[in-house]
Amino acid sequence: MKPYIREKSTFTFDEIPEDTCFEAGYLVTVNAGWRSVTPYVDTEKCIGCSQCYLYCPDGVISMEGKTPVLDYDFCKGCGICSKICPRHAIEMR
Amino acid sequence: MNASALDKNEYFYGHKACAGCGGSLAVRAALKVLGERAVAVLPAGCMSAVGFNFPQLCFGNNAIISMFAGTASMLTGVEAGLRRYARRKGYKDFHAVGFAGDGGTADIGIQALSGAIDRGDDILYICYDNEAYMNTGIQKSGLTPYGARTTTTPAGANIHGNIRPKKNMFEIVAAHDIPYAATATVGYINDFINKVEKASKIRGTKYIHVIAPCPTGWGIPVSDTVEVAREIADCGLWYLAEYENGEYRLTRDPKEFTSAEAYLRRQGRFKHLTDEDIATIIDSRDRKWERIRKEWK
Repeated sequence: MKPYIREKSTFTFDEIPEDTCFEAGYLVTVNAGWRSVTPYVDTEKCIGCSQCYLYCPDGVISMEGKTPVLDYDFCKGCGICSKICPRHAIEMR
Repeated sequence: MNASALDKNEYFYGHKACAGCGGSLAVRAALKVLGERAVAVLPAGCMSAVGFNFPQLCFGNNAIISMFAGTASMLTGVEAGLRRYARRKGYKDFHAVGFAGDGGTADIGIQALSGAIDRGDDILYICYDNEAYMNTGIQKSGLTPYGARTTTTPAGANIHGNIRPKKNMFEIVAAHDIPYAATATVGYINDFINKVEKASKIRGTKYIHVIAPCPTGWGIPVSDTVEVAREIADCGLWYLAEYENGEYRLTRDPKEFTSAEAYLRRQGRFKHLTDEDIATIIDSRDRKWERIRKEWK
């Protein structure tokens, strides 16, 4: 479970909550457009050490068993995962 | 605690922090340890600016923006409310956690933090230290190191950036005789995670000071955040330590430092430093470590 994109994304002035409280984890836009390079995981080389998962500032990498799975909607392409990978299994291109 | 034991949920997701932001990594990792019953308090600063852009609300747990100076005071109130609520609902695993930047901790929020430690409130205060007021465009804070160039301490022919050393925030907090204080860096995330986990089990005020490089303000490539955060601990310009039961303890004591010059030269904010400036920095590092090793054991 993590914050996810909601269907209702625009609010008129009257719909804005008066008490400055709102539902947690309410996302309306993705960050994919920020990216100029994209990480790709070479599953042959990957040993499933979870380092990329631990060090991703945006939390877009999740481990499904021993394989890292990337959420390209929110990856900003910083390349930390690629640098941290001990087997150089993540390529930025 | 290793990666597989961590909470699989993400509590800080879809935020608008710059690519490669060290602060967001610290917030994300800490919330994964504390879980969904942590209530986060964020003062004015990067993490509140990037986390709450209505309707884009990026915290998966409860989170609130406090006044700049009042992170610790708001934590006190949040903890009191949580304690009562949790008693009524019958659970115990709640945490009041604050994420303040270096300016919000060492300059503006220091009296509120000092008061909270004095009252002994059961809160966890995490200072993510990116060594300047990065959110407003890189102004000098009390935790900006000697020689760093910021917009308020520009590097010129006569004055080479910041002329004051970094405030010793960890020892200031420890001097309150706090139950638990620690320093960490996002470069050694397992160490940081372990310290957050340890702090979450201690009753009373806890303080963790985590170095979180800012690619924008430090002048480093976005992919180098973690590498630089490791290097600062390896070259001795930052130390990983704990304060508990009235005793300081180094959690990492490097036998040999890596080159501090290499660490400084790779960053845009130290580009102007002369060889004498670097010698001054290395000299003050050596004196600090001599004292640390003698007194802290």
